[in-house]
Parts: sequence; structure tokens; C-alpha cells
Amino acid sequence: MKVLKPTKVVEMIPDGATIMVGGFLGVGTPECFMDEIVKQKKKDLTVICNDSAFPDRGIGKLIVAKLVKKLITSHIGTNPETQRQMIEKELEVELVPQGTLAERIRAAGVGLGGVLTPTGVGTIVENGKQVIELNEKKYLLELPIHADFALIKAKRADYLGNLVYSLTARNFNPIMAMAANVVIAEVEEIVPIGAMTPDEVHTPNVLVNYVTVDGRR
Amino acid sequence: MDAKTLIAKRIALELKDGYLVNLGIGTPTLVANYTPKGVTVFFESENGIIGMGPVPQEGMENPDLVNASAGYVSALPGASCFDSTISFGLIRGGHLDVTVLGGLQVDEKGRLANWMIPGKMIPGMGGAMDLVTGAKRVIVSMTHTAKGKPKIVKECTLPITSIRPVDLVVTEMAVIEPTKDGLVLKEIAPGITIDDVLKNTEAHLIIPESVPVMKLE
Repeated sequence: MKVLKPTKVVEMIPDGATIMVGGFLGVGTPECFMDEIVKQKKKDLTVICNDSAFPDRGIGKLIVAKLVKKLITSHIGTNPETQRQMIEKELEVELVPQGTLAERIRAAGVGLGGVLTPTGVGTIVENGKQVIELNEKKYLLELPIHADFALIKAKRADYLGNLVYSLTARNFNPIMAMAANVVIAEVEEIVPIGAMTPDEVHTPNVLVNYVTVDGRR
Repeated sequence: MDAKTLIAKRIALELKDGYLVNLGIGTPTLVANYTPKGVTVFFESENGIIGMGPVPQEGMENPDLVNASAGYVSALPGASCFDSTISFGLIRGGHLDVTVLGGLQVDEKGRLANWMIPGKMIPGMGGAMDLVTGAKRVIVSMTHTAKGKPKIVKECTLPITSIRPVDLVVTEMAVIEPTKDGLVLKEIAPGITIDDVLKNTEAHLIIPESVPVMKLE
């Protein structure tokens, strides 16, 4: 693990990259990376995230700055700009049920070829998907979602990159930490190695490539 | 009593001791205020918490501790937080006793539509599809009509949330239970007649010999 400034982190991300961003309505989203992406105007991004938050918060900032080409998400209801861009066909949006989104990301991170879920059977979510019947119950085959970069938020890291999340800011962060080529965590503090007990660690250090300290909080 | 309070009070009577409960945004959230005396339930929120408590006092908010609408909440003693796969594992895996959700339409098969109006409003399904598919009991909290048009219809014209029928529909006029034979009028609100309900319902309703007035506490 290396400690980097947000500027350096975002310089690694090319235009057109696929990025996963942690958070639920902005809670647990690495805001300093969002601000830096807007500053560096990284374009044509494919973004995987639970929701598009609010126009002035979290992933919403990338939408407002028109940096996103495709959004894979479960909810866009709190950001009118996302809906406007989708209706005007400026932005492609793939809506995925939240539990399915979590499992598709997890599948990518844990080496599964996909997951079978009853969620979405018989609804428009089924369109274009394989339906598999097992023990007289129907399931949709949902495929893994992998990314070039995972931008996640944790409460603290140690100097090896072990991460601890805080309360409901955990959400998608630990699963995204397993599903991308490069994993970068924004944390509030870095503590010495050994300051976390093994039981305390939520994400083991081997998954984390870079850590940035956001001192704003 | 206004419509929302009446609906929330009636639904609260469905809560049983020890239940794990998910409340959707809007009116369903009010149900928590009327939990019957002597009944202890655990409120869960899909962003990753069991044991959610009331809104904290001003100044005591923790930005990492929110509900699924990003509103500040508290964590009661004994609460736990977890990631999105555990959260939706609880929901999909049959560990959630009851979910209370808003609705746009419910049809004669008991199917719910509550996540989009094509061309007009596309917030996305968020967790709704998983909740309706996986919760042990699904209760719909909604107004009986929208701008004078019935919301309890023969067949949903809006995209459905799940093929799984809901278990109970509570409106400001009636309590309706979807069964294999169709929708049964179980109770009517104080001051409402069976005729009033029929006039405001498009779907066929089965009327038992006796239809009691809703109890509210």
C-alpha cells in the first residue's frame, strides 16, 4: 500500500475508465476523489454505484459535471440531473435492483461466474437475461460487475492498508474493495501497524493499493 | 386524523414482538411512532443497520449514521452495522419479518407497482424489488386513489416490482388482503362505507358477510 494525495490518485484514472464508487446517498463516498475527478475533468466514465446521490454530493457531482457516459446503479431518484440526462439520452443508465447490484459486485470480487436471484423475475429487469429454473423456482442469472478502479471510503487505515469502516458508511465499500484492478481508499486517519486488532479489520490490507487521507473532517 | 396517521396507526398493529422490520420512505416511516405498547421490534434499514433508533438531538448527529433516505438516525444499544450483501442477504434470505412500502398500484393478483412511471418519473427500484421478493410479509401503505383515480386496479399498468403478491394493503379507506381467490375487503376506516370503498376501487373486491371498522390501537 502507498499513501497518495488525491491529485495523484485521480491522475492514474484515464478518460473512459470504469470506476466503482462506494456510498449510499453520499454516506461512505470518498468526496475528495469526487471533487478531484471534477477538477481534472475525467471524461466518458462508466460509474458503478448504489445511487447517484444529490447534485452537490457524492457521485452526483460527476453527473452534474457531465463526466459520466454510463451509470450502473439502483436508484437515481434523489438527483434530478441524472433523470434529466437519462431522458435526454445524454447518459446511459442501467438500473439494477440494489441487492442484485451488491451480489454482482461481490461475484466479480470472489471469482464467481454469476449469481442466481429470484429478484426481478417476471419484471422488466428480466429482459435480455437468462431465466434458470431450479427446484421449481425461477431465478435470473445475473453476471459479475468488475471495474478498473474502486474508489472507496473507510474510517481509518493502518500503514499496511487494513481498513475499518464506520456505521452505515460501510455499505458497498468492502465488496467494491474486492472487485477492481486498483483499489483506492479515502480515510479519515492512518494509524500505526498493530493499532488495529485482527478482529477489528473489515477489509484486509492485501486488497488495498493506495490510501489517501482526507483531513477535512 | 389525517390519512397518513390513520394508515400508520393501523399498520403498526401488524407489528409483533421480536419482529425484524423494514420501513420504506415516506408514510411507512411513521409506523415506528405507533409501535404497540409492550411490543419490541428491531428496525432495519437497507443501507446496513439493525437497531435503528430515533432522530438524534440537534448537534448529536453522526454523518456516518443514517437511514435509507440519508436522514440522521441513532443506533440503539445492541444495534449492528453491516455491508450491503449482508443487508440484502437478510432481506432476500427470508430473515426479514415485515416490510412496509409505499405503492403506486396494486392489482387483483396482489402485485405491487411502486418504482417507476415510464416517461415521467424514473427513480429506480433501489431495494424495493428485493424487499417485495424476499420479506416474509409485505404490507403496502398507500392512499386509496391518486388525483381521484383508483390505485387498486384490475391489472397493474405500471411496471411491477415483483411477481410475489403482497400480503396486506392499508389505505385511508380500507384494509385489503390479496388472496388466491382475489382481493378481500377486510376492514373499512371509521366513517367510510363499503360503497365508498367500491366507488374508489377499480379491482373486483370480495366482500365478506361482516366487514369490521379498522381498529387503530
